[in-house]
Amino acid sequence: MSLRTIVAAVTFTILAMFFVFTALYLSFGVPKATQMDDYIILNTQKETGTNSGVTSVVFDFRGFDTIGEATILFAAVSGVIMIFRRLKK
Amino acid sequence: MSEMSKIVRTISNIIFPFIMIFGLYVIAHGHLTPGGGFQGGAVVASGCVLLIVAYGSIWVFDRIGIGKLSVFESTGAVGFIGLAFLGLILAGVFFKNFLVGSNIIFGNIPQTLSTDSNFNTAGVLPLMNFAVGVKVIAGLFVIVLVMAYASCSKEWKK
Amino acid sequence: MIFNIPFIAVVAMIFIGLYALLFKRNLVKMVIGIIIIESGVNLFLISLGYRWFGENGGVVPIFTNAPSEVVNNAPQSMVLPVPQALTLTSIVIGVAVLALMLTLVMHIYRHYGTLDVRKIRRLKE
Repeated sequence: MSLRTIVAAVTFTILAMFFVFTALYLSFGVPKATQMDDYIILNTQKETGTNSGVTSVVFDFRGFDTIGEATILFAAVSGVIMIFRRLKK
Repeated sequence: MSEMSKIVRTISNIIFPFIMIFGLYVIAHGHLTPGGGFQGGAVVASGCVLLIVAYGSIWVFDRIGIGKLSVFESTGAVGFIGLAFLGLILAGVFFKNFLVGSNIIFGNIPQTLSTDSNFNTAGVLPLMNFAVGVKVIAGLFVIVLVMAYASCSKEWKK
Repeated sequence: MIFNIPFIAVVAMIFIGLYALLFKRNLVKMVIGIIIIESGVNLFLISLGYRWFGENGGVVPIFTNAPSEVVNNAPQSMVLPVPQALTLTSIVIGVAVLALMLTLVMHIYRHYGTLDVRKIRRLKE
């Protein structure tokens, strides 16, 4: 067992203790601030016209995040094609 | 990658239309049931990757050019941004839902807390679902096709 | 304490991913470790928005064909919808990063002939 392995194991154990303490401290199933989501659930059908809460948040209430996500997909496809450009016969 | 045997090609010919119809159903009913553009696009792209595995990537790459797929993906992206700009031109606010309440297409408004499902609702959302679905299908298909074609070239070091 | 099982699963996934990223020598195994960490973070983000209700738990926030006791207590019986939308974006970003990482691994193998991290050191011509 080299010195590097012992130092890595001790660091891992200390980090794991911090993480497990946080995981047992959080409350699962009782969120603390729900005013925005209650407004979204009650007014979805009147303002957006759709029955689904998730689609109205993705495309109508927070549409700028979807524009950014489409840009990321486009940049990834461009990068993959550009790296393999020299192999085309 | 070379092609697989005749049994595999026949079965994948039979099962590919069912996968495509299920994926298009998930895209089109995104405003009524769980689903939408991204999820349905991933389902249809998985069906297209089944065809790449069954027929071999060299044969598929020579028949389907990258140029046509690039036009496909750009149509989806331009359609999505164009619908956002139409909200700015016609109604004054960027990204506004300008088809809710009007009677051009997709204009009904369901009553509050009702459990009926009508396809004719939700304004500009089904059109955005189709644009994003087309973009995701073309993007994932091109990624897998280019990586499978480049892995069997003649310049690999042994 | 028995009900915090999703958070304990998140901690386990992050530590398995960190072990695979730091202690393995193959490039493909390190990529798999990064993907396991990213899956653990997605699970954490979506389990922050759960809400208990009644004896069967919360329901997805969709009004189509919902049972009548869910619709009558409308905001309290449904799960929060905003973390689900943000997790969708995060999953797509993970797919894009995975595609670029695998492309770079293929390019490195074509240039060096090996996938061992300790042998890829100099800039070859």
